[in-house]
Amino acid sequence: MRPLTPKRIIGSCAILCAVLFVAVVFSLRTGAYPISIRDIVLTLFHGIIGRRDQVPSEFWSVVFTIRLPRIALAILVGAALSTAGAGFQALLRNPLADPYVLGVSSGAALGAILSLIFAPHTVGAIQVAAFIGAGLTIAAVYFLGRRGGQLDSATLLLAGIVAASFLSAIIMFLMTTITGHELRGMAFWLMGDLSAPPPASNVLGWFGFLFLAFFIAAGAIYSTSSDLNLILTGEQEARHLGVNVNRVKLVVYVAASVLTGLAVSVSGAIGYVGLLVPHVMRMLFGSDYRMLIPASAIGGAVAIVFADMLARTIVAPTELPVGAMTAVAGAPVFIYLMRRRVR
Amino acid sequence: MASSQQAVAVKDAAPRLRVEQASFAYSATDRSAPAFSLGPISFEAHRREMVSILGPNASGKSTLLRLIAGVLRPLSGRIEVDGAEVTALEMRLRAQRIALVSQESELLFPLRVWEYVLQGRYPYGRRLRFESSDDCVLAGNALAQVGADPLRDRWMDQISGGEKQRVILARAMAQQPSLLLLDEPTQHLDIGGKLELLRRLRRLADENRYTVIVVTHELNLAAEFSDRIVLMHRGKCLRVGAPAEVYERGLIEEVFEAPVEVEIRPSGRPRVVLRG
Repeated sequence: MRPLTPKRIIGSCAILCAVLFVAVVFSLRTGAYPISIRDIVLTLFHGIIGRRDQVPSEFWSVVFTIRLPRIALAILVGAALSTAGAGFQALLRNPLADPYVLGVSSGAALGAILSLIFAPHTVGAIQVAAFIGAGLTIAAVYFLGRRGGQLDSATLLLAGIVAASFLSAIIMFLMTTITGHELRGMAFWLMGDLSAPPPASNVLGWFGFLFLAFFIAAGAIYSTSSDLNLILTGEQEARHLGVNVNRVKLVVYVAASVLTGLAVSVSGAIGYVGLLVPHVMRMLFGSDYRMLIPASAIGGAVAIVFADMLARTIVAPTELPVGAMTAVAGAPVFIYLMRRRVR
Repeated sequence: MASSQQAVAVKDAAPRLRVEQASFAYSATDRSAPAFSLGPISFEAHRREMVSILGPNASGKSTLLRLIAGVLRPLSGRIEVDGAEVTALEMRLRAQRIALVSQESELLFPLRVWEYVLQGRYPYGRRLRFESSDDCVLAGNALAQVGADPLRDRWMDQISGGEKQRVILARAMAQQPSLLLLDEPTQHLDIGGKLELLRRLRRLADENRYTVIVVTHELNLAAEFSDRIVLMHRGKCLRVGAPAEVYERGLIEEVFEAPVEVEIRPSGRPRVVLRG
């Protein structure tokens, strides 16, 4: 009998963080301007201790102005999607659930497309509109997904699927009305794309806001992880053991939806990561949610940083949308995992 | 109910469980007449007692058990455990006093036996909790008590039905409840397994001072091991008392709609035999 301890969680997360750091360094090296790994590490080090004068200015601008914001976005999106995916898999008691199954991404896409039509040149409009679209969808699915005043997994799943297909139909309809450059932008966005520059002049503040929102929502899910372990062995049994199932479901639903909305609003709908990363982490670290939530967050960050690096290099200088990359890599991994489960 | 009053022998002072005129109704919709109603029912159970709830299908046995567990709220009347009304207890506090063993649902992700049993410690400590070494000792003891120690590191989905039943019982014991409720625990067991389980429950009541309440279809095993029988029929409690008081030929035939013979064995406990 070897129960999970905080020490083991921290140890595993430290290993994953080291992997993430390596991925970040390699991703920073990738691009048109050549820069050695040694220089990247030195630049990062001096950046962290605030000694800008020690670094050549071109290194500084390549690392901190051009490449790092995009990588930070990749980390945020990967962490948010994977945490949300793990949360939805427990909430819906369905291992095939992903962050988009309840229609949040379709709501966000509708918001984004509407902003492209009505406010095509406003900076930040697309992100704000997408987040509003996601929020409205979350609320609508919540009210449709209740049964007897409580969230019911099966009803919620049906409500989400119906909402997603309804919204997709509207999106298809609207897509026919926009043309040319905007259509291409929209297609990139629907697939998932990290190339959009931060919509705020204060980049540090923008990322501060995003990561703060991430930590609040992910922390809310983490606070229910003992309860989720019990809910996964049976909702009724969890109630008998004293779990306030209704409260837990509400917290996880809202927090996981907000995480999804956050990720989709800044990057579009990047597929497969939120579904696959929690499963890979289960295989590596077990299915205990106290371990799974942080492991998924860091693992998701690694996955998207890596996918984005490939998307930028495979047919350089042309960039592939990162969502196409995760789908191409994700589908075979998913099939492999599925076959393994069947045994 | 006269017989239940008599049966309250002067054992340990206060009853551990007191069901007092409890009733309940399921309705198909809010406006229609109740689709099924239960009670009012009264009985008591003490420390070290084993009570069996008997009755044909749809007689309200499981509903009664869920009322006692606090999962359902009685329409009228009171249900008290150690003097506290069950539905008024905070959920985790209730789980420290009452453990309900029901038909287990399918696991979504694989789990080891010891992880499953450790879940019984959830009601103790904070919501987000890490198991202490005390928790492990208690879980280990529970596993040993049901003879499932060798299963400890096996996966829950790779053990047999009888083994699983014991592991579920171990998790309930890890809760350290005063009241142990079991909903048809003998359902998927063979005859040897049934006998072994009831013997084990009897021992738990005698040695660990649990109050054990079992819903079952096994008339003869219930008669053999129970201190008291609650006989249910169509939502009504027909009789409460010692097995010999409840097992009357006419009553059993009426309730189960089958021709039977009731014989009293040398131990003083009755036995029901189907008439061919």
